[in-house]
Amino acid sequence: MKTCLIVDDSRVVRKVARRIVEDLGLQCDEAEDGQKAYEACEKTMPDAVLLDWNMPVMSGIEFLEKLRQMPGGTAPKVVFCTTENDLAHITRAVQAGADEYIMKPFDSDIIRDKFSQVGII
Amino acid sequence: MHIRDFDFYKDFLYKKSGLSLTSDKSYLLDSRLTPIARQFGYASLDAMTTTLRAVPPQDLVKAVVEAMTTNETSFFRDSKPFDTFRDTVLPYLLKKRATTKRLRIWSAACSSGQEAYSLAMLLKEKANLTAGWTIEIMGTDISEDIVAQAQKAEYSQFEVQRGLPIMLLMKYFTQVGDRWQLRDDIKSMVKFKYFNLLDNMAALGTFDIIFCRNVLIYFDPPLKKQVFEGMARQLSDDGFLFLGGAETIMGFTETFKPLGQYRGLYGLTKTEYDQESLAQTGS
Ligand SMILES: C[S@@+](CC[C@H](N)C(=O)[O-])C[C@H]1O[C@@H](n2cnc3c(N)ncnc32)[C@H](O)[C@@H]1O
Repeated sequence: MKTCLIVDDSRVVRKVARRIVEDLGLQCDEAEDGQKAYEACEKTMPDAVLLDWNMPVMSGIEFLEKLRQMPGGTAPKVVFCTTENDLAHITRAVQAGADEYIMKPFDSDIIRDKFSQVGII
Repeated sequence: MHIRDFDFYKDFLYKKSGLSLTSDKSYLLDSRLTPIARQFGYASLDAMTTTLRAVPPQDLVKAVVEAMTTNETSFFRDSKPFDTFRDTVLPYLLKKRATTKRLRIWSAACSSGQEAYSLAMLLKEKANLTAGWTIEIMGTDISEDIVAQAQKAEYSQFEVQRGLPIMLLMKYFTQVGDRWQLRDDIKSMVKFKYFNLLDNMAALGTFDIIFCRNVLIYFDPPLKKQVFEGMARQLSDDGFLFLGGAETIMGFTETFKPLGQYRGLYGLTKTEYDQESLAQTGS
């Protein structure tokens, strides 16, 4: 079973996203900020990361830059999922190594589309 | 709604657009036509129905037909047919048309244009293979509103997230407020116009590829047959037809046959397609 790390500082968003991603057949883990996500990846590298941008302690983009430097850190498919919805943010995310980008609000169809585009499902 | 009014609309819509309205969908008549009645200044839906029965004004007929169509669509809908187009059908036809260097593609029942523009983006991505070619993409629909939207090529945040890879959004769209405008270089690759699939197709000319997806599901068998046979006449001898995920020719017409392993892809029964090169080009 493939694994997905869900990174968002909102418990509610994590819960909603988790249910959607689990329905796609992935096993989920959660982190509430970039730092926690980084620590989780040090333990086990997930197959996919669903990543918020604005979070306390460490932002999503900082986490992504660090992740891509880690051993094995280029493997996970990273899908941003954020309220930042302008071209500048999208470009920056892709340059930092994001595979896909979801602009909130999202629904299960969008997550399914994006996960299938990056080849996770 | 009275049963005889339901019967009237059923017959009316069938004749005007081919829609086969089943009685379980009768609630749609009330919910979609009541706003039309109001918009055209009728006191009630009944009053509008009376006029439609007696002396139907052209613009009201159009509005009623449009209100009853389903316009649901998305970029790269179902994704597979677009892979088949890019990896199999396109290379096949590029080889076959190497001397004329011309291709015509028809997105029949194009809705707000996502299907046609998805093809245009794929072609743009393969621009190195088509230098010097004249490739025409035509999108048609029975709804003038939706054709105008397709021409405008401006989409909501929600629409650009359905099926459209982020790389293509970055490359081919510009952001205007909270909406996304397709760039002119893609937009100009597609021409849109009003066309009713029940009408004679001859004036549209000949196509090499026809996408006719998620519209024939609303038609009954005789109309499906009529449309398939019309399309067969407009398709070049070694052309291709793509149908939607829930659609088939099976049981409706003998003029088309499924093409091997590619789901939703059909060719003319009378034509021997070069199976080997169809299989090879799939890379
Ligand atoms: C569900 S959409 C399909 C759009 C697109 N082909 C796709 O697969 O996503 C169906 C479209 O068919 C159009 N339509 C319905 N009846 C039609 C007819 N008789 N002639 C042309 N278009 C028609 C509707 O206006 C609507 O935009």
